[in-house]
Amino acid sequence: MAESDVKVKVLGSWSSPFVMRTMIALNIKSVNYEYLEERLWEGKSELLLKSNPVHKKIPVLIHGDKPICESLIIVQYIDEVWSSTPSILPSDPHERAAARFWAAYLDEKWFPSMRTISIAQGEDAKKAAIAQLEEGLVLLEEAFGKCSKGKPFFGGDQIGYLDIAFGCFLGWLRVTEKISGINLLGEAKTPALLKWAHRFCSDASVKDVMPETEKLAEFGKMIMAKMRGAAPPKS
Amino acid sequence: MADEVKLFGMWASPYSRRVELALKLKGIPYEYIEEDLSNKSSLLLKYNPVHQKIPVLVHNGKPIAESLVILEYIDETWRNNPVLPQDPYDRAMARFWAKFIDEKLLTTARKVSFATGKEQDQAIEQITEQLKLLENELKGKEYFSGQSIGYLDIVANVLVFWFRNLQEALGVDMFTEEKFPIIFEWIGKLVKIDTVNECRIPKEKHLDYIRTRLEALKFSSK
Repeated sequence: MAESDVKVKVLGSWSSPFVMRTMIALNIKSVNYEYLEERLWEGKSELLLKSNPVHKKIPVLIHGDKPICESLIIVQYIDEVWSSTPSILPSDPHERAAARFWAAYLDEKWFPSMRTISIAQGEDAKKAAIAQLEEGLVLLEEAFGKCSKGKPFFGGDQIGYLDIAFGCFLGWLRVTEKISGINLLGEAKTPALLKWAHRFCSDASVKDVMPETEKLAEFGKMIMAKMRGAAPPKS
Repeated sequence: MADEVKLFGMWASPYSRRVELALKLKGIPYEYIEEDLSNKSSLLLKYNPVHQKIPVLVHNGKPIAESLVILEYIDETWRNNPVLPQDPYDRAMARFWAKFIDEKLLTTARKVSFATGKEQDQAIEQITEQLKLLENELKGKEYFSGQSIGYLDIVANVLVFWFRNLQEALGVDMFTEEKFPIIFEWIGKLVKIDTVNECRIPKEKHLDYIRTRLEALKFSSK
């Protein structure tokens, strides 16, 4: 096939859930790729700045000489170029719309509230951010029921678009649970998601690219320390 | 079985208007329901419980929310006159710039609307840079989508009426033919298309609406 002759590169960072999405999608399609780690704290590489001049962010997928940016756009691109099974997006337009809707919700509302927890000033603000996260998980538990229809993943028998979009955040979710001492995914409110999370992380296309929680937690502490050090004192 | 298509929208919303434009370009008959955003209908809340926002498309009783998600749904369901390009790379580019418009340009437009003085100047500088990046995408093309209007033109349609009205209401100078000749050439072509005009936001009513809202916000923040 022509695609296999064309080089595929991924510009990423090991701790980024968005980069993970790209790699999971490529793994699902059994596409060989070269992974290039960006050491973001040391300054962005020439290749990154050239490939993503608008946002200067990872991930970037470079297919031949074509750069594709924005993780969910990359995942759709991968699905459309390597169009042999397994499919990442569902085939039914309504199910595709639901998958896209929830992926957008995760990126625009849910994950930002997770980030808010780490920068929240004071106990009340932290509690409010955690409550938002928990509410979101309850919504996602319901969505899982509707999308999976009794099957193991949002995408059905196999990992699909929404599994990838959501599952990539599990590492940081576990770090948040560790730091806050609160069980966010639990038997009480999100039993189905709890089981799904385990299946997702054990999947062949995921397990080698999911960072260890310990490593992420250490990294998180380091960033927080840097941010506190870098931020000027508030007057 | 006859298709039943309903659109819950709002006359001043560019997100709502872009869905209307897509439906009309495809020749899809639909029932339009105008929502009063200060008093949302129980149907809207039922169809979009997560965000409680318009636009919502309801196709044979099933709701779809989020304008960009709706556009893709429309293109996949009614296959005539495709609005997204065929080639995967071109599709990725179209999606990239649509996201840029919604996440960067329109966010900065809001900053321009609510900021004053130096902050507003900075926001205007930011939006100028963003518009320049977008304008680059038009170079050498008839429309964003190539020879005829498509997905990215439908999304960028926000510039044609909404954005220009906003500028006029604010009395700022951020989006002019002088600064962006290529975009304005594109606007000139767009306004000649009947379907685009059918979906335009009525100018005077819109200017009034923007001014009233800004006044209310200034008043409430004192």
